[in-house]
Amino acid sequence: MAIALVLVLVVAGSILFHVFSPWWWTPIASNWAYIDHTISITFWITGIVFAAVVLFMAYCVYRFRHREGNRADYEPENRRLETWLTVVTGVGVAAMLVPGLFVWSQFVTVPADATEVEVIAQQWQWSFRLPGADGKLGTSDTTLVTGENVLGVNPEDTNGQDDVVVSAADLHLPIGKPVKMLLRSIDVLHDFYVPEFRAKMDMIPGAVTYFWFTPTRTGTFEVLCAELCGTGHAFMRGVVMVDTDEDYLAWLGEQQTFAQMSAPQQTGMAD
Amino acid sequence: MVDITQSGAEHVPPAEVGEVDLYHPHSWWTKYVFSQDAKVIAIQYSGTAIAIGMVALVLSWLMRLQLGFPGTFDFITPEAYYQFITMHGMIMVVYLLTALFLGGFGNYLIPLMVGARDMVFPYVNMLSYWIYLLAVLVLVASFFAPGGPTGAGWTLYPPQAIMTGTPGGQDAGIVLMLVSLALFIIGFTMGGLNYVVTVLQGRTRGMTLMRMPLTVWGIFTATVMALLAFPALFVACIMMLFDRLLGTSFFMPSIVEAGEQLAYGGGSPILFQHLFWFFGHPEVYIVALPAFGIVSDLISTHARKNIFGYRMMVWAIVGIGALSFIVWAHHMYVSGMHPYFGFFFATTTLIIAVPTAIKVYNWVLTLWRGDIHLTIPMLFALAFIVTFVNGGLTGLFLGNVVVDVPLSDTMFVVAHFHMVMGVAPILVIFGAIYHWYPKMTGRLLDETLGRFHFWVTFVGAYLIFFPMHYVGLMGVPRRYSELGDMSLLTDSAHSLNAFISIMAFIVGFAQLVFLFNLIWSIRHGKDAGPNPWRATSLEWQTAETPPTHGNFGKELPVVYRWAYDYSVPGAKEDFIPQNEPGTYPAARGH
Repeated sequence: MAIALVLVLVVAGSILFHVFSPWWWTPIASNWAYIDHTISITFWITGIVFAAVVLFMAYCVYRFRHREGNRADYEPENRRLETWLTVVTGVGVAAMLVPGLFVWSQFVTVPADATEVEVIAQQWQWSFRLPGADGKLGTSDTTLVTGENVLGVNPEDTNGQDDVVVSAADLHLPIGKPVKMLLRSIDVLHDFYVPEFRAKMDMIPGAVTYFWFTPTRTGTFEVLCAELCGTGHAFMRGVVMVDTDEDYLAWLGEQQTFAQMSAPQQTGMAD
Repeated sequence: MVDITQSGAEHVPPAEVGEVDLYHPHSWWTKYVFSQDAKVIAIQYSGTAIAIGMVALVLSWLMRLQLGFPGTFDFITPEAYYQFITMHGMIMVVYLLTALFLGGFGNYLIPLMVGARDMVFPYVNMLSYWIYLLAVLVLVASFFAPGGPTGAGWTLYPPQAIMTGTPGGQDAGIVLMLVSLALFIIGFTMGGLNYVVTVLQGRTRGMTLMRMPLTVWGIFTATVMALLAFPALFVACIMMLFDRLLGTSFFMPSIVEAGEQLAYGGGSPILFQHLFWFFGHPEVYIVALPAFGIVSDLISTHARKNIFGYRMMVWAIVGIGALSFIVWAHHMYVSGMHPYFGFFFATTTLIIAVPTAIKVYNWVLTLWRGDIHLTIPMLFALAFIVTFVNGGLTGLFLGNVVVDVPLSDTMFVVAHFHMVMGVAPILVIFGAIYHWYPKMTGRLLDETLGRFHFWVTFVGAYLIFFPMHYVGLMGVPRRYSELGDMSLLTDSAHSLNAFISIMAFIVGFAQLVFLFNLIWSIRHGKDAGPNPWRATSLEWQTAETPPTHGNFGKELPVVYRWAYDYSVPGAKEDFIPQNEPGTYPAARGH
C-alpha cells in the first residue's frame, strides 16, 4: 500500500519542485524567446501526461490490490480504446512537433542583414574575427596557421586584410543587430555556448558551422565550451559583451586589423 | 491477423524432425567452466557483467565526489575525472546493460521460454562468452596501462579521442578501448546469431511466434537490431584505430596542436559521429526492448491478468525497433550537420513516441481490474513505469530539434538518459532477478533485504535524477570536471549538487545490500518450489528446479496456448500453464 502513496507523492513532489525550486533558466538575452515558449508548451503537455499516468497507476494499485478471494478481469484486447489512445497521443505529439519545427525553420534561416562574426576555437581558448570596412571576411584555413597568423587567415585574400582580429580576448557585439556566428576550430570539436543566448553549435575542424541570433540586452555574458575538448574543457571560458552602439564603436576602434598585426614589428626589434 | 482460437489442442503440429542430442559434459571443467549449457553461460555472462558494473558504480561515486564537493579531493584531477566518466559510461551501456540483457537474460530465458533444450549452436554460444570476457579484461587492462584509460567521453569523438589533450589519447588507453569494443562486437555476434536462430528455429511444437512471452519478443527484436547496428560501431573503431596507429585520416582533418601542424588532413570528424550514432541510437532500444518485454511479463504475472493488447505490444516492439534506425541524428542536432536534417530527424523521433506511449498505456491498463500482488518484482515494475515515463517524456524535449538547442550538452541530457536508459532498465533487471532467481537457484531472495533495496533504489534514484534536469535547464554543461565560478551558478545550485552526490552514495550502498542478498540466499533463501509465482510460461513448468542440462527432462513440452492465460473465467486456478492441453471456452488468447 505504501507504493500507492509514494506514487502520489512522486507526482506532487515533482510538480511542487518544478513550481517552487529556485533553479530555472537564465534570463534571456537574445531573440530566441520562441525557444523558451516551446519548452514551456512541452513542460505543460509532458507534465500533464506524467501526472495522469502515475496517478492512474496509484489508483489501480490501491483499488485492485490483492485481497483474499479477488480475481482479475479477463480482457485481452479492446480495439476501440487502443485506437482512441493512439490518436490522442498522435495529436499531443503533433502539438509539440509543429511549433518546434516552425521555430527551427526560423533558427536555420539567417536574415539577409546579419553581420558575420567568426569565432575560432582551439584548446582551450576563444578568438574572434570581424569583417573590416569592406564588410567581408577573408578566407581562412587551418593549414595556414602559424605563430604569427594564429587564426589561419589567408594572406593572399585582399578581403581579409582589413579584418579585425581579436585573439584570445573578449568579443563585443552591438545590441539589436542580427549576427551570424561563423564557427571554426583548428584542433578538436568545441561548442560555442552562451546560455543567455539560448543558441549553441559545435565547431568542427575543417568545416565552418554557424548559428544566428540578435542580442536583446546589454551586459556581460560568459561563453562556455559545450563539447568535450580534452582536459581543459571546463576551463575553456570566454566573454561576450553586448554594448550600446557607442560603446561598441569605441571598442572596435581600439582593435587591430589583420594587416596591422602581420606588418613587421618595428618596436622592440631594434634592440 | 485475427487468429483467436477456442481450443488449442488441434493447432499443435506433429513433430517434423527428430531431436538432436546435446553435447554432455564429461568433467567438472566442461560442466562449470567451458560449458555449452546456455544456463551456465547466462550465469557466467551475468556474473561478469555485474562485476564490471560494480567498477562503473565506484567510478560514479568518484565523479559525484568531485561534482558535489569540488576542490576537496586532490586526486580527482581533470584527467582522472574524464577517465571516470568515460569508463563509467562505456561500461554501463555496453559491458553491463547490453551483456546482461542479451548475454545474461537472453541465454537463460530464450531456450526455456520457447521450449528448446538449448541454444541451437551451443559451442559458438560458449565462445561468445569467452570472447566477451576477453573484451572485459582488455578494458580492465587499460586502467593499469601507462597513461591510464581513455578520457575521451563514452562517445569517443575524434579528433580529441586520439590527441594528446585527452587522457589516453596518445597512450595505450584509446587503443585498448577500441580493441576491447571490437572484441565485444565479435563475441556478441556469436551469441546474437544464436538467440535469433533459436527463436526462429528452436521453438517447441505449438509455440507459434504470437504465443511467445513478450520477454522473448523483446530480446529477439533487440538482438536483430544489435546484429545490424554493432557493425557500424565496429568499422568506426577499426578506422579510428588506423588513424591512431597507422596515421590514416578517416576522421582527421588538418589540425594544429600546440602551434604545430599535424600530419593529418582530409578526414571528417562528423562521419564518425554518424557511424557512432547509427549504432548508438539503436543501442538505446537494444537495452530498452528487453526491459519492455520483461516488465510486461512481470506485470502480467504479478497482477494475475493477461497483458493488455498483446498483439499491439508485439507490433510496438517491432515498430520501435525498425524506427530506431532512422532517428540517430537526433544526437547530432548541434553537431554542425546540415540544418535541414533537423526537420527529418525531429519528425521521426517524435513519431517513435507513439508506439512507446502505447506500451506504457498497455502496462497500466494491465493493472486495471487486476489482482495486484505487491511482490518485489511488481514493485520494481511499477517503479520502472514511473522512471521510464519520466525519462521518455523528457526525450520529447530533446527530440524536438529546436528545444534541444539550449538543452543539448547540458546536465539535462545527463538526467534524461540516466532516467530512461539507466535507472528504468536497471529497475527491470532487479525486478527480473527477484522474479527468476528462484528458478535459477530453487530459493527466493530475502524479502526484507529486497524491500529495503527496492525503496532506497527507487526513491533515491528519482531524487538523484529528477532535480538534475533543472541544473541542466539553468545551462550547466555536462562533462565539466569542475564547475568553478560559473556566472550562472548560484550557491543553492552547489548545495543541490552536494545533495545529489549524497543520494548517489546512499543508492550505491543499497546495491551492496542487494549483492549480499544474491549470495546469502543461494544457501539461506526460502525454498521456492518449481513455480512460486504461479506463472504460465514454460520455464516454470520444468521437471527440475533449477533445470538441468536439456531443460525439460525426457519430453519437450507441447504448447497449447499463449503465455497470458491468467484468471481465465471458468478455470479452477488463476493461471493456465502454456503446456496445459485443457479446453477453456472463455480463453481468448492465440
